[in-house]
Amino acid sequence: MSLELHDGPLHVEEITNRWFNEMRDKNFGAYIPFIGIVRDEQGISGLSFDIYEPILESWFQDWQKKAKAEGAYLLMAHSRGDVPNHTSSYISAVVSPQRKVALKFINDFVEDFKASAPIWKYDLIDGKRVYAKTRSTALKGAGLLK
Amino acid sequence: MAKVEFLGPLNRETIEVELKSLNDLKNIFKEDKELQEWLEICAVAVNDTLVCSLDTKIESGDKISLLPPVCGG
Repeated sequence: MSLELHDGPLHVEEITNRWFNEMRDKNFGAYIPFIGIVRDEQGISGLSFDIYEPILESWFQDWQKKAKAEGAYLLMAHSRGDVPNHTSSYISAVVSPQRKVALKFINDFVEDFKASAPIWKYDLIDGKRVYAKTRSTALKGAGLLK
Repeated sequence: MAKVEFLGPLNRETIEVELKSLNDLKNIFKEDKELQEWLEICAVAVNDTLVCSLDTKIESGDKISLLPPVCGG
């Protein structure tokens, strides 16, 4: 639960406000969101994403179990397809009874998200999708069939 | 027959092949020169679980996925 995928850029205010309203009466003392914003760099007009949902879902649920063991709860939203510069493609948040647990969790979760979530990023250059190969990380076990 | 799907930037049509293990798939791909540079950096999932052994047994109806390097966010 609490993993949502959207076509195009994320509606940040709607998502973060909705999450806040869903969580505020659950007696969590801390709500720590991370919002990724697409930067204008190297001539791109935006980013584009492909997602493999079955493995993303199981990866997320593994993290949700870790969060639950600490009394915390995770929320995440990500874009599919094209996302223009200066809009958001990624939001995650942790709620927990105490601030310190949530701050540590958001850092560990986002780090592993970058390394393990089955999402492929492309730069949008002159209307074309160019795979961001040099910024990508090989998954565990890569090279098995070489 | 097992299905083999090529995810993200691999951008190829799914194929169906007769296999007993992932080792058989490795042998089939040896003929595919264009795929070689991708195979060095792709992870492999069987029925949506990442695997690390070429001895992984493959049954008819299994789904094998090739996953190139990732970068979310």
